[in-house]
Amino acid sequence: MIREQVTIQNDQGFHVRPAQLFVTESNKFSSTIKLITENDNTVDGKSILGLMTLGLAQGSTVTITAEGADEEAAVRALVELVNSKFGEA
Amino acid sequence: MSEQRIQGLGVSAGTRIGRVHLYRPQAATDSLSRKQVAEADVPAELERLRAAKEQSLEQLQALVEKTKQSLGADKAVILEGQTSILADPTFFPEMEKRIQGQLVSAELAVDQVVEQIAGLFESLPQEYMRERAADVRDVGKRLRTNLGGNSGVSLADIQQEVVLVADDLTPSDTVQLDKTYILGIVTRTGGKTSHTAILAKSLGIPAVLGIGAALDTIEQGDLLLLDGNTGACVLHPLESTVEEARRRMEDEHHQSQALSVYANQPAVTRDGHQIEVVANIGTTLESRSSLAEGAEGIGLFRTEFLFMNATSMPTEEEQFAAYREVAENLQGHPVVIRTLDIGGDKELPYLELPKELNPFLGYRAIRLCLDRPEILLTQLRAILRASVHGQLKVMFPMISNLQEWRQAKALWLQAQEQLRAEGVAFADGIEVGMMVEIPSAALLADQFAKEVDFFSIGTNDLVQYTVAVDRMNEKVADLYDYFHPAVLRLIQMVIEAGHREGKWTGMCGGMAGDPQATPLLLGLGLDEWSMDAGSIAKIKHAVHGLHRADCVALAQRLLTLGTAPEIRTELQTYLQQPE
Repeated sequence: MIREQVTIQNDQGFHVRPAQLFVTESNKFSSTIKLITENDNTVDGKSILGLMTLGLAQGSTVTITAEGADEEAAVRALVELVNSKFGEA
Repeated sequence: MSEQRIQGLGVSAGTRIGRVHLYRPQAATDSLSRKQVAEADVPAELERLRAAKEQSLEQLQALVEKTKQSLGADKAVILEGQTSILADPTFFPEMEKRIQGQLVSAELAVDQVVEQIAGLFESLPQEYMRERAADVRDVGKRLRTNLGGNSGVSLADIQQEVVLVADDLTPSDTVQLDKTYILGIVTRTGGKTSHTAILAKSLGIPAVLGIGAALDTIEQGDLLLLDGNTGACVLHPLESTVEEARRRMEDEHHQSQALSVYANQPAVTRDGHQIEVVANIGTTLESRSSLAEGAEGIGLFRTEFLFMNATSMPTEEEQFAAYREVAENLQGHPVVIRTLDIGGDKELPYLELPKELNPFLGYRAIRLCLDRPEILLTQLRAILRASVHGQLKVMFPMISNLQEWRQAKALWLQAQEQLRAEGVAFADGIEVGMMVEIPSAALLADQFAKEVDFFSIGTNDLVQYTVAVDRMNEKVADLYDYFHPAVLRLIQMVIEAGHREGKWTGMCGGMAGDPQATPLLLGLGLDEWSMDAGSIAKIKHAVHGLHRADCVALAQRLLTLGTAPEIRTELQTYLQQPE
């Protein structure tokens, strides 16, 4: 299993658009993807509802984990997506 | 096939002919009340749910594509988010679990899961995330609709010229009407002042309402002719009937061309008295054409559309953008914004107001807004901020006593205080007035006149409340008459009370757009006439032919008559007399 910690940097945190982009990206991989918050809440990385109801604001730190055939590529892609502030200015 | 004549109530003038589009929004089905299922029915219930999910996904994907093309990829993201909610690995399995484990119907499973997730969103600290509860509920609504087994086609999806035929149209249906495609409207129920009638008139779409059981004989794609003046419809018209109708349509066209000459002239009587003719609008879109159509301003800007076309309360920013657009489109001409008039027959799904036995006497308009002052305060702040972009005025609907007026006025001052503290600019000396649509307000007009800047008489509700007649009920529709002597006395009281305090009085109900009433209102001293843009040329034309001094004498005479028919007859005689 691969895991990596990232910080949410975009203004409004995990709102619809970032959550949507995260799920779209996660679905490109066969691995099981999870997102773990600082207080140990774990949600399915392919569930937009799970991601959004975490209520992650700007500045929150989360751990992305992936387990499966393409786990390495998955974590790399998702970390990159978060660090790119989901393409927001 | 022989032609079939159908009689209804003509509420919006004009002759049209076209193919029928039958609109049937979610019919109440038995399954709505069904909560539990037998164990043997579980597989069937799961299958229904799965089918509804597939159908919803297809609809949403189509909608995403359409939105991408018309509004751009950015706007489509919200809808894509809804697609993801539908496809979410936690969403359906949870519903299936409930159907299997608790033997609940698919409908109830959808409701329970949707509410659970919406509740989760609402518990989040960020306002932005709390508002996402509306997305989840929207998905739930779509699923429910599809479980009900109907096509879920929305009126906004109609992309060819049709005559729209429906049992009734809700206010949220009517705001989706596109004049380009909707040639005419025919409904089973509804009266002269129903919201469908008001909107059809304001959009200039000919309409015949209240055709009753005859609607059952009309089928999808039938050829239907309607005459919005007389209320006559012809189903499967013969070639000769069609030809005659086409001639009539041409005549109507020429007539409106002839009248349009008056549209852009000031409304001045033969003896040189000028009145102000302004428009009623319900959307920012309408404000773009108001000046060209001859309006000298906006006498009533209904703000409900902003609230009804949304899945959650519009923010101050969204409201500000709309008010600013209207203010700018009117290029310095006055715009009277009416604060939120919701409740009654105008519902807001996200407010979840309980059904009332007497909605018109219930929790609506200013009553609701004073009970939930944050809603009104947000709106007033948005209006104030927009006031620097034009000439805005504000009025409160459904005022029934002085306390309500003073509370609303206090919120207005509070909004100003807040903005001043924040260093936000707004215009000085904005006029604040009230609608007079409840007899108690008309009777106390002398007291109100000392505190308001202006009155605007809303005849539609004023008649309904004065004569105690439900304006939606066709059985008593003929009692609904603004020429009722009691209504005329109230109108006179309001205008005179205003003038004694140096305040102006306008009228924004249907009566203002009726040329038959023009001499009477002129004689009573009305200052401002606000109407559907389509009536402006007609009223200005009528004013040009009148003597104000004569009308004053006429009004005094009419006020001594005891019945509406006598008053009408007298008015007709007056209008027909040679000059």
